[in-house]
Amino acid sequence: MTLRTPLNKVRLYGSARSGTEHFWHQRLTAIANIPLTIFLLWLVVPLSGASHAEVVASIKHPLIAFGLIAVIVSFTWHMRLGLQVVIEDYVHSDGRKLLLVVINNLSCSMIALMSIFAILKISFGV
Amino acid sequence: MSTKSDTKSRRPLSPHIQVYKPMLTMTMSIVHRVTGVALAFATILLAWWLISAAAGPAYFDFVEGILTSIPGRLILLGCTWALIHHGLGGLKHLLWDTGRGFDLKLIELFAKGSIILSLALTVLVWAIAYGAR
Repeated sequence: MTLRTPLNKVRLYGSARSGTEHFWHQRLTAIANIPLTIFLLWLVVPLSGASHAEVVASIKHPLIAFGLIAVIVSFTWHMRLGLQVVIEDYVHSDGRKLLLVVINNLSCSMIALMSIFAILKISFGV
Repeated sequence: MSTKSDTKSRRPLSPHIQVYKPMLTMTMSIVHRVTGVALAFATILLAWWLISAAAGPAYFDFVEGILTSIPGRLILLGCTWALIHHGLGGLKHLLWDTGRGFDLKLIELFAKGSIILSLALTVLVWAIAYGAR
């Protein structure tokens, strides 16, 4: 006989209604990435070979800085999810899979944070 | 509840891609994944470029020097194509997610169209880039 309630027994073993979260976020960021890619090309292509002063002057504008932060957030989120799928598909040992997923999460977060910091630093004034 | 992988039990596995005749649509699927992984590398370059701009003119010139060298340009050209091809493939996947666009003739057209369109748009983007300077 056990004093554990039926609810307690099934907790963490069943649907938390979050099973489709990965799929949904992949699509959500995919949709966001369409206009963001066009924005990034629109911004970066004319800046090819530009001087430091020119690049800083264009990133300084609040709307450009905001757009770039959106690019970084959406791209790195999409990339984190995509790379995780690749890891899960090809790495079959549980230990290595977990390690790589952790490294992937941390690396993608680091790329995002460093980029956002750089954009803010430029925008607030170097 | 076991958390052990079933792969350890050496069960027979279903055949993977090597047993199938290579097809254009299948190649496009593989290319979509490969370009996706390549774009993770491209994102690191974008981050590096932003960080260099925030660090100051000296470090920016150093990074710009690497990115605008001939190998740097080739890598950026590859990144441009990967971005556009992955983007076009993504649009196709978003259409498929709605349950539409699975007609065999259409998916063949998507595959060929995305190759031609991605190459054309890459050339266009680089023409604009060179025109801007």
